[in-house]
Amino acid sequence: MADVRLIEGGFDPAAELAAFTAAHPESGGIVSFLGQVRLGGGVEALELKHYAPLTLPGMAALADTIRQRWVLEGLLLLHRSGVMLPGDPIVLVAAAARHRRDAFQAADFAMDHLKSESWFWKREKTARGWRWIDPRPEDRRDLSRW
Amino acid sequence: MARLVFLGRLEDAAGAPERVVEPGPLADVLARLDPALAIELLGERVRMALNGRLLSESGDVVLAEGDELAFLPPVSGG
Repeated sequence: MADVRLIEGGFDPAAELAAFTAAHPESGGIVSFLGQVRLGGGVEALELKHYAPLTLPGMAALADTIRQRWVLEGLLLLHRSGVMLPGDPIVLVAAAARHRRDAFQAADFAMDHLKSESWFWKREKTARGWRWIDPRPEDRRDLSRW
Repeated sequence: MARLVFLGRLEDAAGAPERVVEPGPLADVLARLDPALAIELLGERVRMALNGRLLSESGDVVLAEGDELAFLPPVSGG
């Protein structure tokens, strides 16, 4: 089954992935993606805001779509909300499958959709203060791959 | 009373994450706001959710007592 969580504090990606892997011994392949706050560009902090009535239900709907499209033994979608510092994990996606192709594609699809369709709004703090980040055209293009 | 919720940069435009307003037709609710904010809220790329449900059309929204209307600018997550 899918494990979908919106996390308002921190999380330990290695521990999460270890637990997910241990829970799916029958899977021959597990593909994971970890997104973290990038160091550089003068960014001191990043904040992701969400809207509770939509954000987690939207992530759960994405998980349903993925499980209908690929044959998976397990699916993990973890996403942070709140204030993060460079190096902090933002998102962890993992897909466990009998065969690696399904796992690669499911994780890739999950990230493209989380980046461009999930209900999160991002702002960055630099020495000049907080600034909202606009959606990137690349994220829309990534969606069109599917 | 009803509540308006402002996400993303709309929070800055509104000066607060949410605002309590008199119920009624959306046009009347918006007419009582700062015109500059109302224009932003009606932006082409701003979507709305009434009590957690996305609206496909905003034309006929009437806010009832206890309703929550969220204004959702384009997302920039992940």
